Amino acid sequence: MNKQILIAGFGGQGILFSGKFLAYEGLIDGKEVSWLPSYGPEMRGGTANCSIIISDSKVGSPIVDKPDILIAMNGPSLDKYENATVKGGQIFVDSSLIERKVTRDDVDVHYIPATKIASDENLPGLANMIMIGMMIKKSGIIPFENVEKAMSKVVSAKKQNLFDLNMKAVEIGYNYEG
Amino acid sequence: MTVFQKPKALTNNVLHYCPGCTHGIIHRLVAEVIDELGVQGRTIGVASVGCSVFSYNYFNVDMVQAAHGRAPAVATGVKRSDANNIVFTYQGDGDLAAIGTAETVHAAARGENITVIFVNNAIYGMTGGQMAPTTLPGQITQTSPYGRDVNTVGYPVKVCEMLSQVDGATYLERVAVNNVKNIKKAKEAIKKAFQNQIDGKGFSLVEVLSTCPTNWGKSPVDALGWLEENMIPYYPLGVYKDKTKEEK
Amino acid sequence: MSEKVLMKGNEAMAEAAIMAGCKHYFGYPITPQTEVAAYMSKRLPKVDGGVFLQAESEVAAINMVIGVASTGKRVMTSSSSPGVSLKSEGLSYLAGCDLPALVINVQRGGPGLGGIQPSQSDYFQATRGGGHGDYHMLVLAPDSVQEMVNLTFKGFDLAEKYRMPAMILADGTMGQMMEPVSLDMGEVTKYEKNWALTGTKCEREPNIVNSLYIDPAELEKINFERYERYKMVEENEVMYEEYLMDDAEICIVAFGVAARVSKNAIDEARKKGIKVGMIRPITLWPFPKDVLNKAADKVKAFVSVELSMGQMIEDVKLSIECKKPVLLCNRVGGMITTTDDVLKSIEEAAKIGGEN
Repeated sequence: MNKQILIAGFGGQGILFSGKFLAYEGLIDGKEVSWLPSYGPEMRGGTANCSIIISDSKVGSPIVDKPDILIAMNGPSLDKYENATVKGGQIFVDSSLIERKVTRDDVDVHYIPATKIASDENLPGLANMIMIGMMIKKSGIIPFENVEKAMSKVVSAKKQNLFDLNMKAVEIGYNYEG
Repeated sequence: MTVFQKPKALTNNVLHYCPGCTHGIIHRLVAEVIDELGVQGRTIGVASVGCSVFSYNYFNVDMVQAAHGRAPAVATGVKRSDANNIVFTYQGDGDLAAIGTAETVHAAARGENITVIFVNNAIYGMTGGQMAPTTLPGQITQTSPYGRDVNTVGYPVKVCEMLSQVDGATYLERVAVNNVKNIKKAKEAIKKAFQNQIDGKGFSLVEVLSTCPTNWGKSPVDALGWLEENMIPYYPLGVYKDKTKEEK
Repeated sequence: MSEKVLMKGNEAMAEAAIMAGCKHYFGYPITPQTEVAAYMSKRLPKVDGGVFLQAESEVAAINMVIGVASTGKRVMTSSSSPGVSLKSEGLSYLAGCDLPALVINVQRGGPGLGGIQPSQSDYFQATRGGGHGDYHMLVLAPDSVQEMVNLTFKGFDLAEKYRMPAMILADGTMGQMMEPVSLDMGEVTKYEKNWALTGTKCEREPNIVNSLYIDPAELEKINFERYERYKMVEENEVMYEEYLMDDAEICIVAFGVAARVSKNAIDEARKKGIKVGMIRPITLWPFPKDVLNKAADKVKAFVSVELSMGQMIEDVKLSIECKKPVLLCNRVGGMITTTDDVLKSIEEAAKIGGEN
C-alpha cells in the first residue's frame, strides 16, 4: 500500500494539525509515513496544504502532486487539485464551504458539510477532524481503533477537553451518512 | 626591595610595535592587572585585527585570534563556554568602532561578563594610516588627505558616550596613557574592569587614548603632546558609566 | 528512546545535536530553518551547562561559535542561504584555525534574498568552502529526517576527528517535513583536544587558536598539511547510497529531496522497462568520485537531478572524466522537480544512450 494524501484549504483551518494526526495514525499502524507542509507567509490566512504519505515501504518523494486522496476544505483547493487526483482516487469535499460539485466521474467523491456540522455541534475549528473521520471510514487505509492513540500524540494529555472535542469530531465524521 | 620585573602575563617575545607607540604600555598594564588579580591560569584573551593583531604572541595566556571586529562575539563564545574563564578582548578603534560596532554594542547590551580593552589612536595603524571612525574632524590621514570633512564623512564615534546609553553595560571609562599620572589611572580602570568580571558584574570597557607617532607623522614626544592637546578635548577622560557605584 | 517519534527535520537535527553533546547554540532567525533555533531555545536551558543565545547577526553567531569551538566544546549554528553567506567569513576562520563545529544550512532559493521555498543552489558555496582561502568543509546531505539525525551526530564526530567545520546541507523540504525517527545514536567518541583554550592553569605554555601566518613559507606549509588531512577525509569518509545500480544503464545522481523524487521516477521508469538506477551522494564533500567513475564504465548516460541551475553536474562530469553524457534535470527558485520531470529526463537519457 502507498497512499498519497493531500489536505488543502485556508491557513487556520487546522490543515497541518489534521495531517500530523493522520501521519501518527499511519505510524502507529506500523507504516512508513511522511508529512510535509506548505510553509511561509501563506500559512497566515492564505492557502495551506499538507502532503501525507502512508506506505508499506520506504517513502520516496514526500511531495504529493498526484493525490490518491484529496481533502478539499475550500473552493480554490478543489479547483487546483481536482484534476491532479489520480484516476480511481477519492475526493472529500467540505460542502459547507465549496458550493460546486466535483466534475470528474472517475473518482470516488464524498461531500460533507463539515464546517456547518462543527458549528452546530459546538466544535469550533474542528471541521478538519470531521473530514478526517469521514476519510478514515471511506478510505479504509487506517484502522479506526488507533484514533485515540494517535490523538494522544498530537493533543497534550493536559488538555483533556481539547482531546475530547477532537475525538468527538472524528467520530461524527466517521459515522456521517450523507 | 621591589625589583622592576616583566609581568608574568607577558611572554618574552619582542613587541613589534613602532617606536613610541603606546600599545606596549597598555599591554603591560593589562598583564600587570592579570598578575595582581592572580587569574593568569584561567584568562583567555581575544586578539583582534589591527596593530594589536599579534597580541596573541605577547600575552602569556591562552589566546584566540578573531576576525576583524568580531572579538566581542568570539569572547562571548569563550565566556559562555565556561563562566570561570576570565575573558578579555584587546581591540583598536577600526576594529571596535567601525567594522565591529554591532558586536560591541550587542555584547554590551547583553551585559556580557567580559572585559574589553579598547585602544583609540584615531587612525588605522596596521594598514598605514587611514581615516578611522575616531579620526578627529580636520585630521589628515591617507584617506582624508584634505582633513576629515565632517560634511561628507561624518563625525567621529565616541564609544564611551554611545555605550553609556546601553542599559546592559556595567562599567565604561576613558583613560589615556600620555603621562605617568594618566597611566596610573589607566591601570586602575583596567583593574576595575577585570575585577568586575571576576565579581560577575558584567560588561566593562576601558577606552585608552593612545598614540600613533608613525602614522600621525610625529615624534613620540610630540605625539604625546598631540594626544593631550587634540584628543583629550574631543574625547574627555573619565567614568561614563559605573553600575557598580549606582548599586551602592 | 527506541520508539519512533514523528519529528520535523529542523527539530530532529536540534535534538540530535544535543544528544551528540552539543550544549551551545548560537543563531539568528531566518525561514525555513527557524525551528532549529526555537527548539534549542526551549531545550538547551534545561540541559546542564546548556547555552542558547540569539545573536545580533549571523556574523556574530558564527563568531560565538568560534569562541566556544576554541575552548574544545561542541557547538553549532544554523541558518538558511542568505544567512550562510554572512557566516562565510566565520567558516573560513574555522577552517583556518582548524576548529571543529557544525553548521546547518537549510537552503532556500537565491541569489540575493531569493525566496523561502526549498532549493539546492548553495551547492557550490558549500562544497567549495563559501569563504575565502583554500579550505574545505565536510558537507553532508541528508535525504530523510532520520538521516538528518544520523548525519548531525556524524557531523560532530567527523568535525572533531579531522578538526574542521562540518555542514549539513539540507533544504526547506527536509527542514519542514516530518518523518518517524529513532534517536538511538550510541556513544559519543571522545577526542583528545590538547589544542583547546582551557586556561593554562599556569602549568603549560599558552595555546593559541589562530589563522594568521605572516611568513608565506609557514602559511604554505600549514595549507599543505591541512590538505594532507583533507586527503585522508577523501580516502576514508565518502558516503553514498546506490539504488538499483546493478543492471542500470542510466545513472541518476541526486541528493537530498531531489533524490527522493528521483526514486519515485526510477520506480516508474523501471515499470516501463528502462534500466535506471541512482547514486546518491551523502557526502557532497568529499564527493563520491570513484564510485561514479566506475559507474561510467557500465552505464550509457548520467542524469544530474538538482534544484539548482546545474552545480553538482560539474562534479559529476569531473568524476566521470566526461566519459559519458550527463543530462541536467532541474527546477529552481523554490520549485521542486516532479516525478514526471525526472521521468522525462530518464527517457531522454535512454534515447541518447541507445544511439551510442
